[in-house]
Formats: sequence, C-alpha cells, structure tokens
Amino acid sequence: MADHRTSNFSGFPDRGDGPLFCPPDVDAARLAFRDKPKGLSVKVMSVSEAIERFVQDGDYLGSGGFGGDRIATALLHEIVRQKKQHLGLAGHTATHDFQILAAGNNTGRGRLLKRVDVAYIIGLEARGLSPHARRVSESGDIEFCEWSNYALAVRFKAGAMGVPFLPMRSMAGTDTYKHSAARKVICPFTGIDLVAIPALWPDVSVIHVHEADAFGNCRIRGTSVADFDLARASKRVIISCERLISNDEIRRDPTSTVIPYFCVDAVCEVPYGSYPGNMPYEYYSDEDHLQLWLKSEVDEESYAAFLEHHLFGVSDFTEYLERCGGLRRMQELRHEEFFPNG
Amino acid sequence: MTTYTRMELMICAASGLLADGAVVVVGTGAPCAAAMLAQKTSAPNLTLLFEAGGVGPQLPRMPISVGDSRTFYKGLMATSMADIMETCQRGLVDYTFLGGAQIDQYGNLNSTMIGSDYHKPRVRLPGSGGANDLGSLCWNVMVITPHDRRRFVEKVDFITTPGYLNGPGAREANGLPPGTGPYRVITDLAIMGYCDETKRMQVVSLHPGVTWDEVQNQTGFELLKPTASRITSLPTPEQLRVLRDEVDPRRYIIGRS
Repeated sequence: MADHRTSNFSGFPDRGDGPLFCPPDVDAARLAFRDKPKGLSVKVMSVSEAIERFVQDGDYLGSGGFGGDRIATALLHEIVRQKKQHLGLAGHTATHDFQILAAGNNTGRGRLLKRVDVAYIIGLEARGLSPHARRVSESGDIEFCEWSNYALAVRFKAGAMGVPFLPMRSMAGTDTYKHSAARKVICPFTGIDLVAIPALWPDVSVIHVHEADAFGNCRIRGTSVADFDLARASKRVIISCERLISNDEIRRDPTSTVIPYFCVDAVCEVPYGSYPGNMPYEYYSDEDHLQLWLKSEVDEESYAAFLEHHLFGVSDFTEYLERCGGLRRMQELRHEEFFPNG
Repeated sequence: MTTYTRMELMICAASGLLADGAVVVVGTGAPCAAAMLAQKTSAPNLTLLFEAGGVGPQLPRMPISVGDSRTFYKGLMATSMADIMETCQRGLVDYTFLGGAQIDQYGNLNSTMIGSDYHKPRVRLPGSGGANDLGSLCWNVMVITPHDRRRFVEKVDFITTPGYLNGPGAREANGLPPGTGPYRVITDLAIMGYCDETKRMQVVSLHPGVTWDEVQNQTGFELLKPTASRITSLPTPEQLRVLRDEVDPRRYIIGRS
C-alpha cells in the first residue's frame, strides 16, 4: 500500500459545491409520512386523473426502473401532456425517461425540468446520445447537481430508512464530488474519510410494476433497480401496472410484495405501460421506435412533427401504442422477450 | 495466417485478462463481448454482474441496456443497483470495465463534459452513471477504447471517475479503498498498465505490426515504455470462432471496426 505522506493530496474537500435541491429535513419527512392516508382504500384511477391529482408544478420527481427498462412511460407522457412546470428530477440512469421529460423543455411549452440531480442523462446507453436532451442540457435551461448512480440509490435508501444521510466510499477525489452536494464525514470508529450522501424524499414518484392490487400492493419481477427504496422514500407514489390483481392473490403470496399499499397514492392499470422500454418477462424494448425518436430529434421541424404525432396529438397512452403498431407490434416484442435467440 | 479486425483483437485481448472464478461488472458493447467470450473459452466460471441488478446470467444475446432483461436471463439473481454497488464496496468484485470520452496518464476518466467551464460545456455528456462507483470500488479497472490523441489527453476536462488521481497515494489519501484502481487499458494499438512506482500509464505490449512511435504519437501525454519488448498475443482461431459464431453473430460489436 502506498504511503499516504508521499501524496500531494490532503484528502478531498469538506463539501461539494453543487446545489442541494432537497435538504434532508428528516423530521419534516416524518410529518409528511404521518399525514399520508393509511386506510386500505381503492386507489384505481385513470392516468390523467393520477397525474392531475398527485403531480404539482415545482414538485421533485422520482422515476422508477432503469431509463429504458421497466419505466412508467404512460405516466411520464401524461406529465408532459399536462404541461407540468419546473419539476426536479433524480436522474439515475435516466435515458428514455429523461428523453420524454425533456420534450417539455425548449419546445415552446414552458420549462418542464428545472433542477436535475444527474448521475446519467442525455445518453440512451449503447443507442447513442439524444440530440434534444443535449440541446436542453447545454442551453442552461436546467440546473444540475452531479452524483453517481450509487449515490442516488443511497439517497433513496437513506430516505427509506428515515435518516438524514448515509456514508459511502465512492465519488471522493473527483470532479463528480466537487459538483455534487455531498460532504465529507470522518468515521467515528476507524478515522477514515467517507462521503456523506444526503437523504432524498421526492415529492412524487412514478413507478411501473408487473402487478398491483387496487390498494397499491405491488409485485415487481426481475431487477428492482432502486424502486424498493424509491417507493418508500417518496412522499407520494403513482403506480402503473401491467395487470391489476386481487387482494386475495396478494395475501396468498405476501413474499412477492415489493411495495406495500401505504406507500402508494394511485394505481393505474396500463398494459404495455413501459413501452418502448423493456418489461422483464413481458416484452422487450422497441429498438426501432427508439431509433425513430432519436433520429427525429436531429432537427427541430422533424422533432416537432414527431412529438405532435406520438405525444401531444394523442389523447392517451393507448392511442400512442396504436400509432406505434398496436397489439401486433406488442406481440412481436413479447416474442423478442421470450425467445431472445429468435 | 488468421485474419482478424482490430475490434476482434481488443475483445480477445480483454477476454484473456479475466481470470477464471473471478467476478466482473460489465457494461454493454465490447466489455460484455469480452466477458462472454471468456466464459465460453478460458474462464467458464467467470461471474458477470450488471449494475442495475443482474447477477450471473446465461446471456442469450448481447444486452442493449445494462438493466434489460437479458442481464438476468437464466441468471442466479435479479437484485437492486445498491446491492451490486455494495458488493463492489465490500471488496468482492475483481474487475470492471469502463469507458469515457477522455483518459489521462493516471487513468482518470471523463464522461461528464467537454470544455473548460462546467457551467458552459462545449459538449454535455451523460455523466458518471455507475462509472464513478465501479471505478472507486472494484479491485481492477479496465478500459477498452480506440487509441487517439482526442481521447488520450494530458488533462481530462472533468474527472468523472477516479483513476490514480494525481499520482501515488492519492486514492488512499482521498479515502478510496486501498489496493483498488486502474489495471489495464486495451486499445486498437496496445495493451497498457500502470507503473507501480509512479502510477503512470505504461505500455505492456504492442499489438502485432504496431510500433512504439505510432502508439506514442496517438497519445497526448508521455507514455512509459514497457519493461520488456512484448507483442500482444494473436487471437486464437478458437477465440475468433466463438466470438463470431456465438458471442456476436449479428456483428453488433465486431462489425464496428
């Protein structure tokens, strides 16, 4: 091991310079959770009603899944269609979800995104960068704070735990730390420097799941990404599900419940609700549609036409699915999911 | 003589660096191809992790996203992102592969922005994603990248992910776990490692037909010469067959070169 004394670094700064959009007021969060309705009440409603009632201008938003995998596409579309303004966003691998929300910035519809905690935005992983998301991000229209994916997961975890911060060992020594709102903390046991990550309690989160009952007890199959903690940390949670199931079915197998009803405010049944994203054990991502979306963004005219046809000019998500090939296309994507080798 | 492309050489070289029985966090693209190739040839007991929560899949095809359902297809576990990162944080993960728009002589990586002012970037890039965590917490960090002066720079515009920061001891002085750090850089020209003393990038082997001058000319900082003159092993016919027929039959990755 290298001798610390030979280093010309004397450790990392006490705090990052990035803006802390949501200070970790742990007792205010407790009060918000205390005041949540906790009865077993039926929360099934339409997507438009859920977004109208539970997403307010200026809210800080959490987006479930992993960018283009098990995302709440229908709920995100509706947020854009209803022209919500000045939202904050926790962007851990925010790929297609960020691309959808960015359609509310620099398109003559005001300023949907105002503050973004960034771990990963603009890119769609191996598919390339979104030209519009890049334009928005480079225009100065959004205020950013930098984090890593784990840091954002830890922020939700601290929120779910009901503590103001958690320590971790990444980010130290980098510009990512410098432009974050993390701080240095010294371990009281070992004396080593750790990075303190503030808890985050989003005002509202949108999460797509496989199955939910009418009260909001939810099942997720495949990777949970950060949604176990995100659902618990969020003051309000809107669920979209592939299928509604009975409360008896939930009670038959409680081990499968990942999100309990008392975290949830609204349940919307939206088959293919993650399209064009992947939904594990249901359907694969529609790579053709995602490429079409990316290509449309290259110039403003084709992008405006694309958004009109797919987002603003449709009344709901079912109409979007129809414009994307309807049930026939969905069945092809189901085939792709179940038989990946053709 | 066996013919191969530079991309195929990079993937085969990276594959050969993965020890059997090890655990590796991979992304999409060339790293995933290298890990799949290793599993099917030299390292059948290599366990793959994906940052969104996929553990030990039997990959039917190359994933498109590090969170898509192929990353846990016939897998051992489908868990959370925090669980994967915490597996790295407690010291269980041997290797990871990372990329970036820029890399410097200490292996620091930039995937956040190009330009001199963070608030007015010339190009805004995605950011860390899981890279900072993986680069901080895994024992050995590998990079597969094309080799040119635009990428290999004297100073990265933004340190997204820590390499050896500014030299020996800097990682430890910043509280990063001791013994972790950059291990290998595999390019279309050479394989590089890092000098134990200085933590500066040092050529390990030149690819067949590549000269030292060529590598140095494509690098924006002074590379350290190899301790012994070595040539990267050629891909074996078996590696190429498996890579072309089983790992990437649709030529998503190897078709890029």
